[in-house]
Amino acid sequence: MKSVEEILEYLSEKFPETEFEALQGDVGPARIKVPAPVIKDVAKFLRDDDRLLFNTLMCLSGLHYPKEEEMGVAYHIHSTKLGHSLALNVRVPEEKAEVPTVESIWKTADWHEREAYDMVGITFTGHPDLRRILCPYDWEGHPLRKDYEQQEFYRGVTTNE
Amino acid sequence: MIELISDTGERREMTINMGPQHPSTHGVLRLELVLDGEIIKKVKPHIGYLHRCFEKYAEEMDDYAKVIPYTDRMDYVSAMNQEHGYVVAVERMLELEVPERVEHIRVIVAEMQRIASHLLGIGAFGLDLGAFTPFLYLFTEREKILDIFEKVSGARLLYNYMAVGGLMRDVHPEFKEDVADFVKTFRPKIKELDNLLSYNKIFINRTANIGVLPVEVALNYAASGPVLRGSGLKWDLRKDDPYSIYDRFEFDIPVGSGEVGTLGDCWDRYIVRVREMEQSLRIIEQALESMPDEGDVMEAIPKRIRMKEGEIYVRTESPRGELGYFIAGDNSASPFRVKARAPSFVHLSMLPAISRGSLIADMVAIIGSIDIVLGEVDR
Repeated sequence: MKSVEEILEYLSEKFPETEFEALQGDVGPARIKVPAPVIKDVAKFLRDDDRLLFNTLMCLSGLHYPKEEEMGVAYHIHSTKLGHSLALNVRVPEEKAEVPTVESIWKTADWHEREAYDMVGITFTGHPDLRRILCPYDWEGHPLRKDYEQQEFYRGVTTNE
Repeated sequence: MIELISDTGERREMTINMGPQHPSTHGVLRLELVLDGEIIKKVKPHIGYLHRCFEKYAEEMDDYAKVIPYTDRMDYVSAMNQEHGYVVAVERMLELEVPERVEHIRVIVAEMQRIASHLLGIGAFGLDLGAFTPFLYLFTEREKILDIFEKVSGARLLYNYMAVGGLMRDVHPEFKEDVADFVKTFRPKIKELDNLLSYNKIFINRTANIGVLPVEVALNYAASGPVLRGSGLKWDLRKDDPYSIYDRFEFDIPVGSGEVGTLGDCWDRYIVRVREMEQSLRIIEQALESMPDEGDVMEAIPKRIRMKEGEIYVRTESPRGELGYFIAGDNSASPFRVKARAPSFVHLSMLPAISRGSLIADMVAIIGSIDIVLGEVDR
């Protein structure tokens, strides 16, 4: 079992050029903010390092922060071998919402990333099959963005009753 | 859609649709299958037919408590477990103490719901493979659980029974006797099920060595619940990441062992569910014993929930596996973001990996063995 501080230390050792930040809300455990370009390398390190062994990605969620004009991805990972969990956060600007995929690290990210793309419109670069998953393929807009406005018609049928 | 085929080259392959209206897809699921004869070359699941914008609704609600009825409608055959997961997540965020009596009632109904859900899963699984009789026997038992739930909450399927910090109402006076009666009559039925279905030769032939899921693949896909345990890993959130009062009860975690075939095949996933029902009965018995008779189940319910700023991910063991709620609060009365991490969603994404190379008839067995509920996949 490693604490967030220890993991932060390992990360700074491994990636001396990169700045990691611990985020702490009023409730909930501390999270680590990771710059988007290195997320894939960080994920690989977290999975393969003997002291960490985060072998499962429990959940991946896309978020939209309209005040900061940013998009975010929250990764929740767990190690079934060592029994510790960790939350990672990535933030990218709204106009260039691109995050490298972690699909090759944890296969489960495949559908979760497709969902985040569908719902909030984050593009996961390098994803092998980035299509909408819950909405129809020709739906307009991304429903979980805070500024989302539902299209009036879908294929000639009204969407408001 | 059927294409012209020839004996050689790429045109040997044929693409067919299984679903969206197909009796053994357990809901509205479309699978695009690329076949060579009867061998499956490629599977492409298409989902979203039951998408009802759960997460969008949750954000639009002006109260965390108003989200609870929507959670019912995700996995509609185990609504109690869905509610339990959500209220545990919100309570952990609020750091709310829940009365003993409430915790006990929650555990009892959650375990009863687990049994009801497994009965449906196992029954439908047998039905898919041509075993009609077990389905009828199992549904008779499931009815008894739904009768108790009806007395408890007033509803048979979608209960809206649990509340943040408590329960919507107290149980009826004969609750303990009703549950104890059920436990007593149900236990011998599991033995009956073993004779009727588990060790039935035809059933074994249809499920052993089919859809084998190695444990490393399962973990890489973040499989959980009976699917992961079927592959031989002792992993149960009630023990490995305890919530509610599960740490007080004694129970075993049944795992697959390749008893009649290969470790992690359809039969292993099936038998884990059967054995789990026995363990649920044990938990129910212990909870009945220690449950306090007095206590107000509504005293700890907050009048108004105002969440602080922060993010939390809380997971609970639903009958299908790890049901996680990711909740982000922003100092207001309505959730900033709620994401439900549904076990069926994750398990369905493994389908292409575990069904490649199998026969088209085995596809039915594989879907039945991962026991998906499309309401939860599409949310």
